Amino acid sequence: MATNSKAYSLPSNVSPETVANTSSLLRIVSLALISGAAIASRLFAVVNFESIIHEFDPWFNYRATRVLASKGFYAFWNWFDPTAWYPLGRVVGGTVYPGLMATSGVIYNILHALHLPVDIRNICVLLAPGFSALTAWSTYMFTKEMKDESAGLLAAAFIGIVPGYISRSVAGSYDNEAIAIFLLMFTFYCWIKALKTGSALFGTLAALFYFYMVAAWGGYAFITNMIPLHALALILMGRYSSRLYVAYSSWYAIGTLASMQVPFVGFQPVRTSEHMGALGVFGLLQIIAFAELVRSHVSSKQFQSLLYASVIGAGILGTAGIVGLTYKGWIAPWTGRFYSLWDTGYAKKYIPIIASVSEHQPTAWPSFFMDLHFLIFLFPAGVAMCFKQLRDEHVFVIIYAVVASYFAGVMVRLMLTLTPCVCVAAAVAFSSLLDTYIDPAEPNVPKEEAEATEADPGAADAPTTPKKAKKASAPPPTLGDFVGKFVVDEKKPHGIFGLNTRLAVILNALAMLVFFVLHCTWVTANAYSSPSVVLASSNPDGSQHIIDDFREAYYWLRQNTPQDAVVMSWWDYGYQIAGMADRPTLVDNNTWNNTHIATVGKAMSSSEEVAYPILRKHDVDYVLIIFGGLLGYSGDDINKFLWMVRIAQGVWPNEIQEPNYFTPRGEYRVDDQAPPAMKNSLMYKMSYYRFAELFGGQPAQDRVRGQQISKTSPTLDYLDEAFTSENWIVRIYQVRKEDLLGRDLKLANAFEAGRKRKKQKPPVRRRAIA
Amino acid sequence: MPASKTPSTSQKSSAAVASTTTKQTQQQVTGTTNAIQTLFKAYNETTSSRLKLVDAFLVFLMLSGISQFLYCILVTNFPFNAFLAGFGSNVGQFVLTASLRAQVNPENRTVFKDVSPERAFADFVLGSIVLHFFVYNFLG
Repeated sequence: MATNSKAYSLPSNVSPETVANTSSLLRIVSLALISGAAIASRLFAVVNFESIIHEFDPWFNYRATRVLASKGFYAFWNWFDPTAWYPLGRVVGGTVYPGLMATSGVIYNILHALHLPVDIRNICVLLAPGFSALTAWSTYMFTKEMKDESAGLLAAAFIGIVPGYISRSVAGSYDNEAIAIFLLMFTFYCWIKALKTGSALFGTLAALFYFYMVAAWGGYAFITNMIPLHALALILMGRYSSRLYVAYSSWYAIGTLASMQVPFVGFQPVRTSEHMGALGVFGLLQIIAFAELVRSHVSSKQFQSLLYASVIGAGILGTAGIVGLTYKGWIAPWTGRFYSLWDTGYAKKYIPIIASVSEHQPTAWPSFFMDLHFLIFLFPAGVAMCFKQLRDEHVFVIIYAVVASYFAGVMVRLMLTLTPCVCVAAAVAFSSLLDTYIDPAEPNVPKEEAEATEADPGAADAPTTPKKAKKASAPPPTLGDFVGKFVVDEKKPHGIFGLNTRLAVILNALAMLVFFVLHCTWVTANAYSSPSVVLASSNPDGSQHIIDDFREAYYWLRQNTPQDAVVMSWWDYGYQIAGMADRPTLVDNNTWNNTHIATVGKAMSSSEEVAYPILRKHDVDYVLIIFGGLLGYSGDDINKFLWMVRIAQGVWPNEIQEPNYFTPRGEYRVDDQAPPAMKNSLMYKMSYYRFAELFGGQPAQDRVRGQQISKTSPTLDYLDEAFTSENWIVRIYQVRKEDLLGRDLKLANAFEAGRKRKKQKPPVRRRAIA
Repeated sequence: MPASKTPSTSQKSSAAVASTTTKQTQQQVTGTTNAIQTLFKAYNETTSSRLKLVDAFLVFLMLSGISQFLYCILVTNFPFNAFLAGFGSNVGQFVLTASLRAQVNPENRTVFKDVSPERAFADFVLGSIVLHFFVYNFLG
């Protein structure tokens, strides 16, 4: 009698073992296919362009990895690079997160031990796609703990192809994030597992992967604060258990000691405020554990309340102690980077270098859709479902969702940390939807109510098969379907009738998935696969035209200049010059020395006479600039110029003032109306030197700014044009040596050009003689 | 020296408990037994000798940690990494042992369904090996 009716029949002659075996085989196959899809979709960059290292930071990582692979780990560890930050140099081994390079080095050595002579560059290029497969797997494991295997598979598929993660992990994007997201998810998985089972093994594993994460990415601070936050939330919710103690203590004690092994991190875990939260929660847990132990032996009511008071008191004392130590200077206060997360205007005011990086800008809302597509709609639903069950691990996802959503709104690059959480939550929501609608069980309608339900529009879908009679005779159901819980009237049977409702919903859901795949593929192919070292445009016939100015210029430097020729450029191009041209640079993307960068900014933004002594003092032989005015390449130095001015102004507020570079009406112009400070600046002169000649008398048009450049070219007295690439994107100028006769170079130039000094009168006399 | 945080909290915990117990004794002047005596009695009666052994180790680790911390504050913290390594080894071993104690405690059987006492000991050994690998590396 209690048998429920089915919307469609399932084969009944299959043994449970067969079902279990088949489903586990299917899971393995699906995971393999997901990994394949994750890797394959990241290869657009290689297929469309070539196997090349992308962008800026990866060039440094690649260069460091080459040192590691060719000279060994100790040489890399002790590497002092005299060519970076000329003349200061850089202690690379102590100022780098070595995890990425070490990973590639290990893979390289393993492959070579197996007699597979793979080029180190190919390992570096393909490392990120390879690790994305591991990320998919770890997300599967993580989501499995939240709901079940099917949600895990969905989450793995989502994270495998979601653009928010692909944006930082295409082939060639050899950056720390490439391996860090896998480590992030796996550390979180170990933490959840440790918390659920109360096993020190998983706590130790979490600590080990935390160590790997610390060695790999500066974003490890996210884990350092997420796990304590979760633990604290559980304590405050009254969910303290010995499992929490075991998991957190083993993770923190081993993980913190391990994290201090990385030279770049050093003593920070015990010295800076960013890490104090974890320490505080650790201390709190010890106190609570002790109090619990005492409580289990003494049952006096009064004693227990006193115990609670003392625990709270000790907690407050501990917090006061940390605050006091911070004031006394034992513990470093929050760093500027951290403040800039809370006050989005902070960086622009106090640390322009951080604010000048485009990926540190606040996120525009369309990019949420661009990077996450329909997952962003499912995300809140998934979080709400976590609230419905609210086991310990769901609290984690909720906290993660809140914290990461905020951070993703503050900075574009932190979209990356939000993405895994969105995938997990969306997978939970989506798989709940599928579970509900694929489940063939139909709600039972009691006989007396059957007539009434018939009139109900909801029951109109009920099939009129003979089954219905059976169904109608069944007693009122107790099975609370998931969706049914949303219905207010609990007594009414709820659920889904018939096949057509099911098909309508499931087909819609599948359509969403299909659109998601199409969107991801399109975004990956068009937006995120450009190496930015090589640009692509399309010819009128639709074929691809490669613009290879960067490499052209860097190889020119490599082949036509002495090995020790110092190249000055804005810091964005430092790593590329070091990696591709192999020449010393003044500043690079490490940005550790603000003054040095400001010096370059000052040289670029002041007049030739002022800049020349700076250039000579720093032994600069060549100045390299990026100019997009001819081609319309908008990421050029004139567009970055205001940041150079701002950073220079931060150090020399009396000499460089930002308002001088705007017209009186507050416009940023490069045409005839440009202010004198702009027109005399080295950057302006180098950018537009002989630019007008290209147009042969026609008005010269700057295609980025959309302004007309004056026909008379700026003159350069202290620099010579050495090289300009095919599309004028890279222009290299040679700095002149001092005049042999001791004249000022301006005068010497004037003399050579046959121009006379204005004070001299002889022309008149000479003409008179003639 | 900020590393001093951990020990001071554990000290604080014992101090806090001690203060509460003294208050307790003052309040219960009329009572025949004071709280500490009750506590010890209950502890002695209900705890197995194995757990007492673990507790003795815990007390030793705590004393060792406190002495190192006092040395750091009163004498010198000069090889700071060595201090951190030694102190971290104490704290880490302490929490791992305390975890083991919680896991093998028969009262907690319901909390740790997935961790048998044997498994707990294996976890403890593994955690200690990993911990001391980093300690050894950090001693310098």
